[in-house]
Amino acid sequence: MRRLAHILLMLGLAVTLCAAAGDGEWLRKVPAKDRTRPNPYATDPDAPAAGAKIFAEHCAACHGGEAEGKTEGKHIRPNLHSDRLKQATPGELFWLLTNGSQKNGMPSWSRLPDPQRWQLITFLKSLP
Amino acid sequence: MPSFLPIARSLPLLVVVPIFLLPAPLRAQENYFVTYSHELEEPGNLEIEAKSITGAPKGGNPFLATALEFEYGVKTWWTTELYLDAQTTAAESTVFTGFRWENRVRPLLREHWINPILYFEFEDINAADKALLEVVGHDTRSDFLGRNDRSEKERELEFKLILSSNFQGWNVSENIVAEKNLAGDPWEFGYALGASRALALAASATPCTFCRENFALGAEMYGGLGDRHSFGLHDTSHYLGPVVTWNLPRGPSVRLSPNFGLNDNSHGFLFRFMISYEIDQFVSKLKK
Repeated sequence: MRRLAHILLMLGLAVTLCAAAGDGEWLRKVPAKDRTRPNPYATDPDAPAAGAKIFAEHCAACHGGEAEGKTEGKHIRPNLHSDRLKQATPGELFWLLTNGSQKNGMPSWSRLPDPQRWQLITFLKSLP
Repeated sequence: MPSFLPIARSLPLLVVVPIFLLPAPLRAQENYFVTYSHELEEPGNLEIEAKSITGAPKGGNPFLATALEFEYGVKTWWTTELYLDAQTTAAESTVFTGFRWENRVRPLLREHWINPILYFEFEDINAADKALLEVVGHDTRSDFLGRNDRSEKERELEFKLILSSNFQGWNVSENIVAEKNLAGDPWEFGYALGASRALALAASATPCTFCRENFALGAEMYGGLGDRHSFGLHDTSHYLGPVVTWNLPRGPSVRLSPNFGLNDNSHGFLFRFMISYEIDQFVSKLKK
């Protein structure tokens, strides 16, 4: 009985750690020099529309057409209207798009040229 | 000189028919025909690609070969693909030439200056295969002169080290190929190099089909490096050609590449063309 309790405790701990890993763990991995990178497209009037186009093409399938995320099924995809995203710096988001969060199912988007990744960030930052 | 007419008749079967069989298309990601970059399929996505090559070897009959490819993203770090190869040769026949199963694994999860990918493939094809998805060992144009004889089986393991970098909108990729025929032939080696760039790096604000961001231009070069007993360039073939890719927004990708042989062992001219569709979250859509 005690062994079963230990197993359940370890399982609970593992689930908690996994949940924590999927809950913005990537933010702690961003190097300091990347955090402070400014978004060169932050004030570009066309960037939100261009970013929305990129989002519809590459991101909406997982994150939903309205960036509402997905909570059904095996893979949970984060809601991009979240406080975490609002608080993240453009540099942190650029780092995430470049490197992905591979353990959580987010691929690297380094194949998108730098300007398109910045345009996408401008769009994400414009979300209500 | 046999005409291209029979090949033209087979085009709908080999290339056009798959286009109409596919639902809700999206876009592809690679920018080359032979060279691999470090881009893997997004997890859950299925890409269906018809990759074709046509040529008229000196002393042989014109041919058209197509590899129909099903590429699935299992994980962010693992992509698996199944190829079904077929070819038609003028004045001869149209034949199914075998299959290939390949896997690409990304050992380093973050983006680096040079990103390695490990590639493993098992292929069960026959001597009539003309898809020319890679050139290794002492592959030469004379391999294409035999009739559509399918008696010689080629069961092979192929390994590639893919090195690839993205910077300033450019992709530069280098592949080192090692292939082993399971019948006991020596290890054969080859290489592929590619560089490409989108015509515009920033996206336009309005939807557009012909805007520059949807086009990528590049070039690739590939060839054999001999085998374990005679490593080097002696008696090998090599090709070089520009590659243009057009990614239709929310539509298929189309890619074209004229390839030019660089020595007497190579075909003088080959023309490659491809159309591909990517279906997002394929398994999830099936479950619904």
